[in-house]
Amino acid sequence: MTALRPARSPSRPSRRRAPWSLAPAAALVGFLGIALVAPQVLATHDPFALDYAAALQPPSLAHWFGTDESGRDLYSRVVFGTRESLAIGLGAAAVGLAGAIVLGALAALGPRPVAAAVDRLLEVLFAFPALLLALLLIAIAGPSALTQILAVGVGTAPGYARMVRGQILAAKNSGYVQAAVALGHTRWRILRAHVLPNALRPLVAVFALSVGQSIVWASSLSFLGLGVAPPSPEWGALLDAGRTYIVQAGWLVVIPGLVIVALALTATTLGRHLQAGLERGEK
Amino acid sequence: MTRTSSSDAPVVAGAPAPAAARPSRLRSAGRLLAGRVVSAVVVLWGAATVAFFAQQLLPGDRATVILNIRTGRAQRRTPEELEPIIAQFGLDRSVLQQYLDFLRGLVVGDFGTSYQQFRPVTAILGEQLAATVTLSLVAIAISWVLMVVWVTLTAGRGPRVGAVGSGVDVVAAGLPHYWLGIILLLVFALGLRWFPVMGGTGPAGIVLPALTLAIPLAGFMAQATRTEFERALEQPFVVSARMRGMGDTAVRLRHVLRHAVLPAVTLSGWALGATLSGAVVVESIFSRPGIGSVLVTAVNSQDLPVVVGVVTLVAVVYVVANLAVDIAYTLIDPRVRLS
Repeated sequence: MTALRPARSPSRPSRRRAPWSLAPAAALVGFLGIALVAPQVLATHDPFALDYAAALQPPSLAHWFGTDESGRDLYSRVVFGTRESLAIGLGAAAVGLAGAIVLGALAALGPRPVAAAVDRLLEVLFAFPALLLALLLIAIAGPSALTQILAVGVGTAPGYARMVRGQILAAKNSGYVQAAVALGHTRWRILRAHVLPNALRPLVAVFALSVGQSIVWASSLSFLGLGVAPPSPEWGALLDAGRTYIVQAGWLVVIPGLVIVALALTATTLGRHLQAGLERGEK
Repeated sequence: MTRTSSSDAPVVAGAPAPAAARPSRLRSAGRLLAGRVVSAVVVLWGAATVAFFAQQLLPGDRATVILNIRTGRAQRRTPEELEPIIAQFGLDRSVLQQYLDFLRGLVVGDFGTSYQQFRPVTAILGEQLAATVTLSLVAIAISWVLMVVWVTLTAGRGPRVGAVGSGVDVVAAGLPHYWLGIILLLVFALGLRWFPVMGGTGPAGIVLPALTLAIPLAGFMAQATRTEFERALEQPFVVSARMRGMGDTAVRLRHVLRHAVLPAVTLSGWALGATLSGAVVVESIFSRPGIGSVLVTAVNSQDLPVVVGVVTLVAVVYVVANLAVDIAYTLIDPRVRLS
């Protein structure tokens, strides 16, 4: 994308300044990092303290994001919900990516009938709406945080598995692998030293993209009342709880949703940046 | 709903197909289509098999589970209570027999009986399908309009406009349905009162739900179209049209657009599946009837025949839509080979 721009110092082409668009992303990541480790530092109120006198107040100086039907401070709840929301997002992304690596590797490296069958399966599952796969799983296992992680992971795995398969095939057919074969290296050594590192490196960026997507998916499930249940400050559960009061107190849904959208966009921005960086590094 | 991978872009043969004789091209296209139909059937069979054995995975005695789901209570049941259930669902037969019955049912369009409502699943879905399909089609139509207008206005107009254009694409494609739907609901139904709050099935009630589905879809299709649009703008036929004195707008609308929308045509089959699943969330926000709300209720009560019915139905729609797109595609542009 930046191929037309001449590098300023040819000797150190990788030392480029990060684009300005990364600043808000980095700020949000820093904020969430603190919220993850020590939410009490950022929170202004006890996220579980009930105060019926202050119920359903719009955003103000005292309550930055307003209060919910029991007078709990929404800002503090969002901060305390970070841990669970990120855990679900990271967990789902990890499940999805692990599944993708196994399926992708089977489709690219497995014995012929297995590879063909997995390939076919991936093509179908990739096309199939992920939300429906997730709902099928939840219908069998019943709603819970763990089911949510598994469901989102299973739903997103096929798309990434196809990517992994493509990467492995590209590495397998590359010149350096042919050279290694010609040098008489063993199959296992070629796989470990050449194919897998090259095929899996782009997944670092994909993981970042996937975390953002997984959080959006998981919160969709919570929103439908099929994930973590409302007393929890998990962001999707906040959405689900706020729906009842949408007419009187729209901020209860708009603000948690905005946080999720911001996080998803941040993950996408960082993922794309990482991807571009990796591609530059390969050249 | 949104996928970041761009690998579902169409495979466009770079060079025109070699000058093969026409009949042989038709024959090979026909053979490939037949292959697709066969693999589609295999896929649906696989999906149905997974779905059937998923039902066996519900913990506990199935007749008890079904009765408890129906009554909404969890308790032990006497054999007298379970007898009609066992008879109705054929639970006294072997699993293999049940599986074969299930497959036979699917072929003749019978998805079994709902655990909760004790009615045939096809009857439940039949009542709700029209509302959801209407919503999907309206949403796809709106997203095409939005996408074509936006891309034609912003693509190939220099780096700044281009950055704004593609930035909007990315943000729109990433908007979760639930959030967009709620914003639209708050602004246009509760704030401005242009549309009813509780969807309803009238023409005014479909606007906001359809927009909720259409905006992310338009963003997603615009990403594919924009790349193609900018590539087409540099083609020789554009230069020659300009030399003939054709205005910029006319060139864009009459020459460039036709080339640029091909990837979006391919995505339309996928879009049908995506809007059908997006409808699950949207119908819930706007309290619209449809298979989405049926599905959420069924998942909540573990009414598996209904869940399986919806999933299978969407799979069928999806497979058929993609076959149709494949066929339409080869008709629009013979250079494109079926991959």
